[in-house]
Amino acid sequence: MNTHSDTITGVKPRFITPGMMVVLGIAALGWAVWVYRMAFGLGATTNLSNAYPWGIWIAIDVACGVALAAGGFTTAFLAEILHRGRYHALLRPALLTAMIGYTFVALGVMTDLGRFWAMWHVMLPPYWQPNSVLFEVAVCVMCYLTVLYIEFLPIVCERFAGKVNLPMRLGVLNGLVDRVLRLLDATLHRVILVFVILGCLLSCMHQSSLGTLMVIADEKLHPLWQTPYLPLMFILTAFSVGYPMVIFESLIASRSFGLEPERGPLSGLARFTPFVLSVYLCVKVFDLVNRGVVGLLFDGSWQSFWYMFEIGVGVIGPIVIFASPRLRRHMGWLFAAATMVIVGVVLNRLNVFLICYTPLEAGARYTPSLGEYAVTAGFIATIVALYRFVVLNFPVIEGLEHVKAHAAASHPTDAAGSPPRARRPRVRREKALHPSVRPSPAGAVLPAEPYA
Amino acid sequence: MNSQQSNYAPPQTAGHSRRDFVRLSTLAVAAAATAGTASAKDRGSHLNSDRCGVLVDLTVCVGCRRCEWACNEANNNPHGPLSECDDQSVFERTRRPMARQYTVVNRVKSADDAKTIHLKIQCNHCEKPACVSACLVGAMQKDPRGPVFYDASKCIGCRYCMVACPFERLAYEYDKKLTPEVKKCDLCRERTRLGRRPACVEMCPVEALTFGTREELLTLAHARIGAHPGKYVDHVYGEKEAGGTSWLYLSSVPFDQLGFPTLKSKSPAQTTEAIQHGIFAGFAAPIGLATLLGSLNYFTGRQSKGSAHS
Repeated sequence: MNTHSDTITGVKPRFITPGMMVVLGIAALGWAVWVYRMAFGLGATTNLSNAYPWGIWIAIDVACGVALAAGGFTTAFLAEILHRGRYHALLRPALLTAMIGYTFVALGVMTDLGRFWAMWHVMLPPYWQPNSVLFEVAVCVMCYLTVLYIEFLPIVCERFAGKVNLPMRLGVLNGLVDRVLRLLDATLHRVILVFVILGCLLSCMHQSSLGTLMVIADEKLHPLWQTPYLPLMFILTAFSVGYPMVIFESLIASRSFGLEPERGPLSGLARFTPFVLSVYLCVKVFDLVNRGVVGLLFDGSWQSFWYMFEIGVGVIGPIVIFASPRLRRHMGWLFAAATMVIVGVVLNRLNVFLICYTPLEAGARYTPSLGEYAVTAGFIATIVALYRFVVLNFPVIEGLEHVKAHAAASHPTDAAGSPPRARRPRVRREKALHPSVRPSPAGAVLPAEPYA
Repeated sequence: MNSQQSNYAPPQTAGHSRRDFVRLSTLAVAAAATAGTASAKDRGSHLNSDRCGVLVDLTVCVGCRRCEWACNEANNNPHGPLSECDDQSVFERTRRPMARQYTVVNRVKSADDAKTIHLKIQCNHCEKPACVSACLVGAMQKDPRGPVFYDASKCIGCRYCMVACPFERLAYEYDKKLTPEVKKCDLCRERTRLGRRPACVEMCPVEALTFGTREELLTLAHARIGAHPGKYVDHVYGEKEAGGTSWLYLSSVPFDQLGFPTLKSKSPAQTTEAIQHGIFAGFAAPIGLATLLGSLNYFTGRQSKGSAHS
């Protein structure tokens, strides 16, 4: 456990910084284009064609989005299902990323749908077509998004139970909302495990099916990638990118908020990744040999280059770095290796969904339009802004909570007129299980609020 | 040989089963005998055994493009007077079916430059259509009579059908703001239901197109190859490609030289469905995984409790 005394400045980090202004500007531009797309259609906004029905909104917003949100279920598996208490500090940020990430996966799908107003069809059994891989993906993503919101509810309860203060006329509902929050708070921890298991299950199902999705494109996907083993490869890459994504974000957040990195848990997480990456590498090699296409690796095509890059930078490099205990403890190396895994997985999704998808139509090209780039960049910027907003206003990052509590204690008026907020211990179930691993940092945790 | 006589039986009268209408010609009897079934449906398939198709004889086609015009006329797609078909300039570039033109004729040279082939393309109406398998809301369907058709009222506009199509023949109305549709040949589903031939077939002045049941068309195609072995390559394109298609092609030039994709005899949909239904067979894998996760949680929980107490 870290002490944060060095980094506590006594000032709660502000939401708006010069960097955030840029992020918000990109987001605003993206949403403006998004409104334009919704009003004037796909043709007016995108460079999609009959030969390229899917562009970056599917390849980046959906395919990469789902993969990079894998930190949620992989961390939940470790911390909640396997009871590895030391990773609890990383669970809430990972959960938040998954929740925001999947929300924008759904938004990305909606933006790409030509008849987005009919997307509720997917929820009604009369429309279901269970032969469709996309059906499986869609239903699992919808269910998982719901599960993620439920998993996040305890954080909302912790933030607002006993402190509900709705603005103006809505104030009459304060009592009711508070009672609902307390009821949720009292019941959720009993059933949350069901949702954690469901979350892992749904993730495994749709992360793999996302790979099956492109199997039907058959000859149009380059033979280095086109294989019936795509679902296995996609689930393995989802497993392998989960912890690097948590490491990547945690280190950025620590830097941004001036906190000490969670060195122990982050190095600990990094131990698992080389195993999964090695299994993935073996499956990749087996698949190439099995289908007899190893020769394609050395034909000098740009596809062979991307394949080598994907494996070299995204798989072999990180295996070497993560496997070294010395490098694992070095936050710079940790960050570099995590970034490499992320780059590798993103490149893999782009290759499968877009770059190495070659239409039959001779000479067909797809270059994303500025509008498509703007919406994708806008969504990513919104994700960053939302993440920052939520961690600054909800008990998500442990160290940041101490900073906020400290700031509130020394500047009572700073917290928008509300009294200094008492911080209750987090998830009680976990505390009961691991009294030893979560010592209360002195002075930071105040006694639990009485339920009255 | 009278290529115009068809055994295709339109289901026109209510109150009678389709079987009553199957007028078994000698060809169809032979086909049914080889298929080993006398029922109206193929074994293990929801398709009628007398499902329809079209045979295109590329050695006959003269590239008059009357079929394009008839198709546009029948589907209310924009078109000029019939004389527009004489415009040869469209052959300068290779075209593909579009949102407002479901079929096009391209002019292709054989590899040795000796032959000029006119090539009509449209949706091939697969026997096991990848687009139907891909569609998550059932907007793409295979009519047991043969046509693959699209129901816009179900569609959500994901365009996965277009990614899936092994021939890349689907087109999208990208220019429509709110109600874009996937557009394709529907084998004149309404006309053929009423016993008429598809508009393009009806129009073809040189009988390059023959409408009939798929079985008899295949027999006819092989009979033509047998009768003129020097004229045709020994390959009926569409007999096996992507699991078989309703549109069948005969050619004097190998099909890969004409830009026809070389496809496996298995529909890509069979692979994805095998994977999907394999993984979810009896929901064994999901239930097993959930049980595994639950037990892992239970036992690691006991372990950590035990270590906490000691």
